[in-house]
Amino acid sequence: MENQNVIELRHVSKSFDGFFIEDFSLDVKKGFVTGFIGGNGVGKSTTIKMIMNLLQPDSGSVSVFGLDYENHEKEIKQRIGFVFDESVFYENLTLAELKEIVKRAYVKWDDSLFYDYVNKFNLPLNKKIKTFSKGMAIKASLTIALSHHAELIVMDEPTSGLDPIFRRELLEILHQLLQDGDTTIFFSTHITTDLDSIADYITFIHDGEHIFTKDLYQIEEEYAIVKGGLELLDQDTEQEFIATRKTAYGFEALTSNKRKAEEVFGEMALIEAPTLEDIMYYTKKGAVPHVQLNT
Amino acid sequence: MKIIISNQSKTPIYEQIHTQIKEQIISNDLKPGHHLPSMRQLAKDLNVSLITSKRAYEELEKNGFIYSVVGKGSFVSDQNEEMIKEGKMKGIEEQLLAAIQNSKDIGISLKELQELLTILYKEED
Repeated sequence: MENQNVIELRHVSKSFDGFFIEDFSLDVKKGFVTGFIGGNGVGKSTTIKMIMNLLQPDSGSVSVFGLDYENHEKEIKQRIGFVFDESVFYENLTLAELKEIVKRAYVKWDDSLFYDYVNKFNLPLNKKIKTFSKGMAIKASLTIALSHHAELIVMDEPTSGLDPIFRRELLEILHQLLQDGDTTIFFSTHITTDLDSIADYITFIHDGEHIFTKDLYQIEEEYAIVKGGLELLDQDTEQEFIATRKTAYGFEALTSNKRKAEEVFGEMALIEAPTLEDIMYYTKKGAVPHVQLNT
Repeated sequence: MKIIISNQSKTPIYEQIHTQIKEQIISNDLKPGHHLPSMRQLAKDLNVSLITSKRAYEELEKNGFIYSVVGKGSFVSDQNEEMIKEGKMKGIEEQLLAAIQNSKDIGISLKELQELLTILYKEED
């Protein structure tokens, strides 16, 4: 498998009122699935909008397929399928009408693929999109995104409005898309269990900062939850942790140096594999709050 | 090829896949030259991430159980002596375990069993 990057962000900065992304760099590998996680309001959607050129960074560069948006916007957009969490369609159109508009924008538009997905998702072609439920709207968005043989699928919270059955079906569809080895998938989510069976890499963002991009096994090898009695804690040991949660009964903490924790605590503490939620929770807890830009 | 994955197990999923394929190669259920599914196909069928099937295949390849040909895929290697021995050892272990269980059931001590084993072993010589 090639080690090519489909998306590259280099030292990207972007600021709004009271919020900023600073010196953010990111690689998304070709042919793999990268899950983009982080809490609400930490910069996930902003980052995705910059990848889609819906927002431009204040400084730094964004390239997709090795191309920049200034000179190659049309070419890049041809090759991306984009799924939003909010409906951006003309709500008074039917799906059939929408298709007629969208297909003209794509050289590789494939009507038969479109109808395959419409059937698979059981979508009505002649009802106005504004009458769609949230799940149907996301399915419609997916249908449009998948019907022009895109090489890169970018999705912003695609599973958030979906029931568990369809979430599973979606994962199957994504697995199917990956079969050719050329399709790359990048999607944000806070339903971290969706990532277990599909994501190869996890990119974690917190407070506008890129905390890490690692493969799932690296995370398992480096991070651990340590649990034990309070007598094990002193200043030195506590410093080893990203954050610690103490109660009257004991402590629970996250470390990014599992091996060291095993050396220090040995059999005295319980050392377990963390979930992605554990990592998100403790990283937020342990983070020094950002200084606000406009105060 | 048969692979059953436990999501509750502490053993990483790639290791579960690796172990199960390895066992089937050692037991000769998967014969040398057998064409394995592509990593992407396996990931899809087992509903695991691609990096999981990739890592399982990499481990199998590193340990000489399979080899891959660019553009063609992965195949089961000819087994070497050591692997065959390992496979047979496993069979012996299983038979011994059964003998131990049967002995325990009727109250034969470890010492008695050892004596019996020694006698039988020497008789064969």
